[in-house]
Amino acid sequence: MSTAIYSIPFLLSGLAVTLTMALLVVVLSLLLGGTLGMAVTYGPRPLRWTVRLFSDVVRGIPILVLIFFVFYGLPATGINLPNFAAATVALVVYKTAQTVEYVRGAVQSIHDGQTEAAKSIGLTFEQRMAYVILPQAIRRFLPPWINGVADAVKGTALVSLLGVTDLMHAVQQVVGRTYDPMPLYVLGAAIYFTINYGLSSLSRHVEGRYAYIRD
Amino acid sequence: MDYHYNFGLVWRHFDKLSYGMLLSLELALLCFGVGIIIGLLLALLHVSGGRLTRTLVAAYVETIRNVPLILLVYLVFYGLPTIINVHYNAVASFVLTLSLYAGAYLVETFRAGLAAVSRGVIEAGMAIGLTPLQRLVYVRLPTMFRIILPSLSNTFISLFKDTSIASVIAVPELTYGANWIGTNTFRTIEVYTIITPMYLATGYAIVLLLRQLERTFAVRRT
Repeated sequence: MSTAIYSIPFLLSGLAVTLTMALLVVVLSLLLGGTLGMAVTYGPRPLRWTVRLFSDVVRGIPILVLIFFVFYGLPATGINLPNFAAATVALVVYKTAQTVEYVRGAVQSIHDGQTEAAKSIGLTFEQRMAYVILPQAIRRFLPPWINGVADAVKGTALVSLLGVTDLMHAVQQVVGRTYDPMPLYVLGAAIYFTINYGLSSLSRHVEGRYAYIRD
Repeated sequence: MDYHYNFGLVWRHFDKLSYGMLLSLELALLCFGVGIIIGLLLALLHVSGGRLTRTLVAAYVETIRNVPLILLVYLVFYGLPTIINVHYNAVASFVLTLSLYAGAYLVETFRAGLAAVSRGVIEAGMAIGLTPLQRLVYVRLPTMFRIILPSLSNTFISLFKDTSIASVIAVPELTYGANWIGTNTFRTIEVYTIITPMYLATGYAIVLLLRQLERTFAVRRT
């Protein structure tokens, strides 16, 4: 037990890596996924198919396989990424594919009547998006997306397998030194729990807040 | 880049991959089955029990859902045997972990499903004189299963993909087989190029099968 308390500063530095990576993944995947999500809803047909293919393929394989592919596989094609970068790229790709689906689902859940009404009063595509569709769609998008942020924090635990010293890897290293696994696993679980429970509570709160939107 | 692809070495060890694929499917199916039992029992407890049972079920669900699966896998395999006197091999340990994990997700699904069974159906059951237990077995549960079928399919697909995490405790499923071949032949990109479509094709086949099931049984929500 005392080893667990003694190791807290080391675990916190691991937590910093976990949170940095989660933040990078969330921000980058939001930008990419938002763009591709709009492309898959409103883009020309070939673009739609390409993005659909991308998102279905990526979501169809285990995230662990994707991480190994990027880290161990890509060097053969000349792209040699250090472990932190490789892990981040793999997680961004995965999260982007999910975000595409959140965006598509949110935008398509807005009733067609809204678009038709906006067209009939003469709004252009940009105006329809800015004043009619997106302000409503964002409320549908937020709850699953915030839940997805909690998934991103959990997903980063897998990058410990590439030797990135995140929280999971920090826990493993202390266990390797002390041979006393249980207190550290419980402590690690408690840290993950605190962060993710906060995020999922926030998601529920936002969902309740926006539940008034019906179509 | 002048990297010379060589798939021959991977095909030579393909038995590791086919065995791994079967084990992945078996693990997913087994944990799904046990998860359904756990989820159903806890959902019924949650619906009918008092405040204490509800708090306990919620604690279980929230704990499992907010901790990374890989940490749970390590905790059950390396951690638990140090404080309680249990001995299990990696496969049994992983089945235990993934079943508990699946159970936590399925409790929520079943709870939502039970709540979605319309009052009218239950009242109809009362009207023809069914006891509460009969109403549960013949009315609420069958209706609930038909409502949550799409959600169950998604859970099964997720579980199938999650079996890849068993590779970290050396369960010889598909990802472990791939890592083994990668380590022993240095043909890493080739082996991942092969297992990616294997996961995709199997996942897609399962989806098609389950969609067929949904078409036959699912309740059309109006």
